[in-house]
Amino acid sequence: MHAILKKSTQLLAVASLGVMLFSANASAANEQYFPLQSYRIGPYAAGGTGFFGGFIDYLQYVNAKEGGVNGVKFTWSECETEYVVEKGVECYERLKKGLNGAPAAATNPLSVGIAYATLERSTADKLPLITINHGRTDSTDGSVFPYAFPLQLNPYSEVSAIINYIAEKSGGLDKLKGKKIVTLYHGSPYGKETSPILELLAKKYGFELTLLEVPHPGNEQQSQWLNIRRAKPDWVILRGWGVMNPVALKTAQKTGFPTDRIIGNIWSNSEEDAAPAGAAAKGFISITTHPSGTNFPVLQDIDKFVVKAGKGNLQDAKRFGTVYYNLGVVNGILNVEAVRVAQAKFGKRPLTGEEVRWGFENIRLDDKRLKELGALGLVQPLKLSCADHEGGGAVRFQQWDGSKWNVISDWVQADRKLLRPIIEESARQYAKEKGITPRDCGKEG
Amino acid sequence: MLYRESGQFVTSYRADQRVFRLWQERWGLALLLAVAFVMVPFIANDYWFSAILIPFLVLSLAGLGLNLLTGYAGQLSLGSAAFMAVGAFAAYNFHLRIEGMPFLLSFVFGGLAAAGVGVIFGLPSLRIKGFYLLVSTLAAQFFVQWVLTNFSWFSNNSSSGVITAPQLIIAGHDFSTPLGRYLLTLGIVAALTVLALSIVRSALGRNWMAVRDMDTAAAVIGISIARTKLVAFAVSSFFLGIAGSLWAFTYLGTVEPHGFDLTRSFQILFIIIIGGLGSVLGNFLGAAFIVLLPILLSNISNNLLAGAIDPGQLENIQKIIFGALIIFFLIKEPDGLARIWQSLKRRARVWPLRF
Repeated sequence: MHAILKKSTQLLAVASLGVMLFSANASAANEQYFPLQSYRIGPYAAGGTGFFGGFIDYLQYVNAKEGGVNGVKFTWSECETEYVVEKGVECYERLKKGLNGAPAAATNPLSVGIAYATLERSTADKLPLITINHGRTDSTDGSVFPYAFPLQLNPYSEVSAIINYIAEKSGGLDKLKGKKIVTLYHGSPYGKETSPILELLAKKYGFELTLLEVPHPGNEQQSQWLNIRRAKPDWVILRGWGVMNPVALKTAQKTGFPTDRIIGNIWSNSEEDAAPAGAAAKGFISITTHPSGTNFPVLQDIDKFVVKAGKGNLQDAKRFGTVYYNLGVVNGILNVEAVRVAQAKFGKRPLTGEEVRWGFENIRLDDKRLKELGALGLVQPLKLSCADHEGGGAVRFQQWDGSKWNVISDWVQADRKLLRPIIEESARQYAKEKGITPRDCGKEG
Repeated sequence: MLYRESGQFVTSYRADQRVFRLWQERWGLALLLAVAFVMVPFIANDYWFSAILIPFLVLSLAGLGLNLLTGYAGQLSLGSAAFMAVGAFAAYNFHLRIEGMPFLLSFVFGGLAAAGVGVIFGLPSLRIKGFYLLVSTLAAQFFVQWVLTNFSWFSNNSSSGVITAPQLIIAGHDFSTPLGRYLLTLGIVAALTVLALSIVRSALGRNWMAVRDMDTAAAVIGISIARTKLVAFAVSSFFLGIAGSLWAFTYLGTVEPHGFDLTRSFQILFIIIIGGLGSVLGNFLGAAFIVLLPILLSNISNNLLAGAIDPGQLENIQKIIFGALIIFFLIKEPDGLARIWQSLKRRARVWPLRF
């Protein structure tokens, strides 16, 4: 009898715990919520902690310095995805409803897989899906993908900008003829995604393109680099990921290929990619949509208001101002700007996802506005619209000096006019498969 | 008191051979199905459908597929995720390339394609056993993923290699809502579970178990070992193929080859080890353990401890707890959760008069 009593008390305790968990809904405050599908453990933790650290710190900074946007403070909560798709979906479903009555503004999974899996859900739930610098290329066409935003740079623009930079270095697009370019790519859908565009550009400009695959994870590249040495290319584009990047740099040095002729793409451009290669990385060039470093007013303000106040999100304070961290800050700036733009139209209150989408589509960042934000040079000028969900398409180039990245070029623009028909064609095919009627962007205000 | 067979006499062979001989069991099952089909749709929300119930059902089905092979026929395999991938990509291509192909039929063809691939990769089982077979099925895992990544025809030349699910329209009904996807998944999983229950009780299932327990003895009494093993691979892969299609189309709505990597194979293997080898119910219990427990832990810790502990640490603590629970259950009951359920039933029969 005693045992039974004890059992039932335990049961009761568990049950009441459950009730407590599911009834923790305080009344709504004047707050706007960001659901964060973050990843702080697992193989990609370096990217996740940096990016979400920067994002959270920027939100904290806006709250601390200006008391939010027009009095609407930001709130957020995290859900760990480990970069795993189904965990990301679970997190999306868990967090999309908002927090304590504060409506969700947008989701920022920073994972291609999760973005793909939540694309249709986002559209159905009317919640913007932000895939800064990555994501589905054809979601640039906002008439078919109203809620997906590959802000700043989609994968096609990325390679186009690299080719344009090579042309600039060689003295013009017509000088590309006869040049030899090797692309060393990660053996995954991500790695192969841009191959058709590279082939198209090779045909158009007459350079000789060799595509070489490195099987995942890429910790053995001897044969590929021997091939490269045999081909004697003018440039190597490194489309790597994770451990593949430092190994490529080390093997390049071993086989005697000059490091300053290797251009890393958007996922080969962080401190974590170059530093492990040690001296072999010196001279390595990569693209970036935002410089690293702390010399921007907005970063110094974050330092003053958040980090010095002991509220910084980074565990390792030395990572302040690194590529991933700054990407988080840039992402924060763009999200907050969208909320600000939308508030100007819909009123100074917490907004729904649909209203925030309008904000994203009407982001206008020119040099003047960027200066006000303290982000001139950190964020590229950006103008989004109903039809164009990318906006920028420009990158800067940076070079590793053995301990940090130095920016070595101004903004280099992708040839977006050339890419647009390909994107539209792909979007149209998607719309047909899914039975979507594209929006008429002429009617959108 | 409530659960016992006293007074229930069978008067025909037919009645004697039923899967559920006691009325209590039949009513219990009917009640469970009624709850799943009728009550859950009324009380659950999007989060429960899309993030908890659908993956739970799909992984239960995948576990069931592997359990037929490993638990019943005794053939170890680490290629489960590969067969799921074959099913998913085959169903996608059948539906895409054959005009007017009904949705459910493309699932079936996807399953059949997976069965074919399963038989091919089951061939080594005729010569090797145990851990060596495990290693050879690993080849399926890497080979299938490689093929799907490198030949873009399989993903309809999509530049990113990711396929998206077509619209879920069956006989004019749209199943794209979370509720619709749940009901579709539940219906298919329930039907296949009935099929599995009948298979393991049929002559085929008995042959499997004979081969599992001692293949020499099985051969002596006239069972064709080669045929039995290959059929086991085919049936198991069929179930896994359907599970793969469901994973791609009703759960995620999109799929890339990377989604069916070795980790998924291990996950399915853990489901059947924790749930119980050689049991149908065990797959559901195992999937519940593997899928639901981490989500529960994460919800509890986020609600109680968020802010107090660094989020990264919090995740690691959850992993430690989850791992400890697995060890605890396997020490308490090495035969899996299904065995716990059986012993509960045995105790219920004599309750409350134990002596």
